[in-house]
Amino acid sequence: MNNPYLPRPQRILSVTQQTAIDWTFRLESDMAPGFGQFLELSLPGLGEAPISISDFGPGWLDLTIRSVGRVTRGVFVLRPGDVVYARGPYGRGFDPKQYCGKNLLMVTGGTGLAPVKSLIRHFLAHRDDLKAFALILGFKSPADVLFAAEIEEWRRGADVILTVDRGDEQWRGQTGLVTQHIDQYAFHDGPTEAIVVGPPPMMKFSTLGLLQRGVSAEAITVSFERKMSCGLGKCGHCKIDETYVCLEGPVFNYAKARLLLD
Amino acid sequence: MSTNKHLSNDAFDRVLCELGREYRLLGPRRFPGKGAHSGADVTGYGEIGSLSDLYLEGKTYFSPKECLFPVRETLFYFRDKDITPAAFDDRPTIIFLRPCDINGIKRLDTIFLHNGSEPDPYYARRRERVKFFLIECREGFDSCFCVSMDANRSDDYACACRFEGDGVRVEIKDGSFAPFFAGGEDAAAFLAFVTANKTSVQVPDLSRVDLGALFQHEIWQEYSSRCIACGRCNTSCVTCSCFTMQDVSYGRNQALGERRRVWAGCHIDGFTDMAGGHSFRAKNGDRMRFKTMHKINDFKRRFGFHMCVGCGRCDDVCPEYISFPTCIERLGRISREMTHE
Repeated sequence: MNNPYLPRPQRILSVTQQTAIDWTFRLESDMAPGFGQFLELSLPGLGEAPISISDFGPGWLDLTIRSVGRVTRGVFVLRPGDVVYARGPYGRGFDPKQYCGKNLLMVTGGTGLAPVKSLIRHFLAHRDDLKAFALILGFKSPADVLFAAEIEEWRRGADVILTVDRGDEQWRGQTGLVTQHIDQYAFHDGPTEAIVVGPPPMMKFSTLGLLQRGVSAEAITVSFERKMSCGLGKCGHCKIDETYVCLEGPVFNYAKARLLLD
Repeated sequence: MSTNKHLSNDAFDRVLCELGREYRLLGPRRFPGKGAHSGADVTGYGEIGSLSDLYLEGKTYFSPKECLFPVRETLFYFRDKDITPAAFDDRPTIIFLRPCDINGIKRLDTIFLHNGSEPDPYYARRRERVKFFLIECREGFDSCFCVSMDANRSDDYACACRFEGDGVRVEIKDGSFAPFFAGGEDAAAFLAFVTANKTSVQVPDLSRVDLGALFQHEIWQEYSSRCIACGRCNTSCVTCSCFTMQDVSYGRNQALGERRRVWAGCHIDGFTDMAGGHSFRAKNGDRMRFKTMHKINDFKRRFGFHMCVGCGRCDDVCPEYISFPTCIERLGRISREMTHE
């Protein structure tokens, strides 16, 4: 019988510092994930943690990690050539076909950008699949902005609103919460789909804002974050009502997600 | 085709001795001095060797789930880059248990074998070696409500036993056990199940209830003031199957150790904690609500039958005297009020 609990070694190819506390680790991996899926990352002796896959390509995948827990602190002392362990990929991610021929508005808060980064790159490479393509990317401060150089490149293919809650003296970009930018966003003609990913309060008020702007619940996709010990539908930590986030999520249609009550 | 036999206690002990050569025998027993208080015993499931080892006069504090899903289970050992799955006791196993607990293990099977895309290999390898010897239960105990939960009967057993004090009646359903009981006297069919408990509940149909309003109901605030989140209801429950990963290093060498899974419970602090500080259900009453909904609503919506089997252990062990059947009844009243029935 297959043993899905056994992690496999993955070599670190590169480490990119995004902010003081968010680093991207590129792993040599044959996992071949889908958009928005996650894996269980582990360091034997420290433990295991669910991490969303921020980007991937042939033979590699990226994990954009914040150093906040036992496992992630252990990963942050590693360097290219070192080995981490992983199993997966897990979960139901984004289906790009769902957005074809429509306008797509993505709203992210902080590290919520990581789970959708691969999908952003996909649509920039297949720009004709979408009509309008807009990103409202929110961060707490200029020092918290992830993928800063790539965001500038994304402006060539998408309308990008990069906003911080509080700017500083050097900040020349937009400020304010993502919800303010949702309120002011000039929607394009035709059906619009929205994707919202971020911390729970940001998701709550962003989805409410989108509903108020006339986007239907069925046209909104969200991605949830929960404690998960197995990723396999066994450990019970991520269950909400009769739904297992690790199996049916982490990506949900908001028409279902809004009925999930913790 | 079942056969029925009657054996003296001595003859039954000889059968246990013979069975013990081929099978690991597990059943309800006392663990002397292992109770929470000095000199007190605790009852649970463990290896038995003779009839006198079986604890039959009451309900065990701990359920038989640990026969299949141990409190702590090593998944694999790691040593530098070597990862070695843990071995286990692979002897075929007989578990003596009551019908509610056989139904409870059906719930564990549902999660470990059937939820998700593949079976849990650690549970499966134990489960496929297990045969049940049903302990006939005709009266139940004070806090039982198995009849209300439709968990008082089971036909999932290899043999069924009626312990009569001065002898044992055995129904042999699995023919492979017939030779062990060949020396017994032929007897008439006897097996009966409990048909009424002292405690009964009517599980409400919550499909037409506004769950958002139900979740905000003041009943949960009351449970917040009573529940101390000790998690005894989770650990004693035969159907609670949640676990958390835990890495243990041997000594100072972090790269030498083991990964375990250990029981977790939705009432216990930390169950939903995520790195970074987010968590859900901070109030104990919200945890009571989550558990209650899981046991009598959510699980059924997903799998077609209720998770709770009405064994009543959660009532027996709660230090705050919180009664789960009372909570179910209260939910029924609230649901009738909400739907104006």
